[in-house]
Amino acid sequence: MDQVGATTKASRMVYLSSIVLLCLWILGPLYLLAVNALSSPEAINQFPMSLIPEFDLESLVFFMKFNGMVDALVNSIIVAVLTMIFSIGLGAPAGYALSRFDFIGKEFFRVMILMTRAFPLPLLALPLAVLFIETGLDDTQIGLSLIHTTLALPFAILITFSLFSGIPKELEEAAWTLGCTRFGAFRHVVLPLILPGITASAIFAFVISWNEVFASAVLTIQNRTLTAFLLQNLDTAPLHLKFAGGFILVIPALVFIFAVRKYLFAMWGISNR
Amino acid sequence: MWSQNKQLPYVLIAPASLFLAVFFLYPFLSVITQAFEHSSSDGYSLKNFQDVFSHWKFSISLENTLLLTAAVVPVQLALALLMATMVNGMTKGREFVLYIWTIPLGISDLAAGIIWLVIFEQTGFLNSLMMSLGLISQPTPLLTYQNPMMIFVAIALAEIWRATAIMLVILVAGIGLIPKEYYEAASVFGASRWQQFARVTLPLLRPSLQTALILRVILAFEVFAVVAALGGTLFPVLMGETYTYQFDLLNSGAAAAIALVILGLSIAFTLLILRVLRVPKGVSI
Repeated sequence: MDQVGATTKASRMVYLSSIVLLCLWILGPLYLLAVNALSSPEAINQFPMSLIPEFDLESLVFFMKFNGMVDALVNSIIVAVLTMIFSIGLGAPAGYALSRFDFIGKEFFRVMILMTRAFPLPLLALPLAVLFIETGLDDTQIGLSLIHTTLALPFAILITFSLFSGIPKELEEAAWTLGCTRFGAFRHVVLPLILPGITASAIFAFVISWNEVFASAVLTIQNRTLTAFLLQNLDTAPLHLKFAGGFILVIPALVFIFAVRKYLFAMWGISNR
Repeated sequence: MWSQNKQLPYVLIAPASLFLAVFFLYPFLSVITQAFEHSSSDGYSLKNFQDVFSHWKFSISLENTLLLTAAVVPVQLALALLMATMVNGMTKGREFVLYIWTIPLGISDLAAGIIWLVIFEQTGFLNSLMMSLGLISQPTPLLTYQNPMMIFVAIALAEIWRATAIMLVILVAGIGLIPKEYYEAASVFGASRWQQFARVTLPLLRPSLQTALILRVILAFEVFAVVAALGGTLFPVLMGETYTYQFDLLNSGAAAAIALVILGLSIAFTLLILRVLRVPKGVSI
């Protein structure tokens, strides 16, 4: 009996320590990046590295003052916000239609949406570069956000589809019988319930755009986004600039995953089927 | 009431459909035509492909992309399965652990490359560690052309670190769909933890495994920014060559040709995964 107790205790120890180890595997590299970003340029080039940051903001200040960096940061935010608006604005109605109506072509539409994920979407930036030059959309924030919307829209449709499906039709029907119009019922009954989920998928769209490198680098020249700017300067930029840039790129990710953690699995679970 | 309005669903999906037609279907078709149009001649030809294939960098970048995928994806699959099963049995702290494990989901590939550069650059943490262990007496550059293996390892580690989370999320969602009764029945018949995993979890997880693998393999063929940050031009990959042709050499025909190669690989592997992991007809959880 004692021996059984000992083995279960031992296996529990192995189990718990592997969980801790895997957490450290994720957090360790992030910590090391933070150490570098929060140290002075001299400390970064010094050897061997200290494991404790100096809490010196010189690198980050240098980053912010670097020519074109603030513009790139602003561009990234504008493009991401536009992507967020486009993908929810276009995606939510489609998600609602999929969840509420049976119509001819529904299955085809759904499969098409799923299929888009099987293509290397950033590559579509190549022919669009030509189209954009012809229409004057080249090197603009709105042009780039349209490409990013192509990346984010299928997700927005599938996520909102699953969110709307979670709200019973009967609630809306009850509102109609109480004299609400179709729009009124949507506005007063469905919308309040769905808003947190919509926010989550909007944040998701924001991050897809914020993180995208390839299309941003191909489609912008003057109006570089942060990722495109960093990529362009990888060869020449000093280390502390790269690390500060990486740090700024990562911060929204931490907030984002925390904000949408409740929805993460529902989002992916539904898009499996 | 729902069926009364015949037009409404079409009105609702029209904006999204129109958008995807312009920004997905159109560029998809024109990347194909672009690949077959060469500046030196009218009409369609295979010249772009000939140009690309005959360049010495093509076969290396193809080889590198495939090798990297072959090294990274199996590790990620195993790791994601391990993490998903571990978290499945958890009661306390499950949400916290999952939050930490899914952080990389929000991190861009460029940032991931920079994060691992912190460790692998000359005055970075790996050299600092080796120094304090007495293995080296002074920091030597690690990511150089004399050291292709080190570049490969650094890129592979960064990819495993960054992109295991996407498989994890899909698998955790998938495991959540498996009814608990199956496990109860299995343990009534005396199945061990391993047998439960091999006989219950794995077969029932097949649809999720399919999705996770397809998504991950396609993304692996698109690897770009991680490589740019860690290997630069020392480790050419297909997506990087596409970028070079489009941006540095201003040869969009050749860029489109490589794009089609990536697309072809993606489709071929999607079909392969669908075939190998096919879900028998009529079976569902």
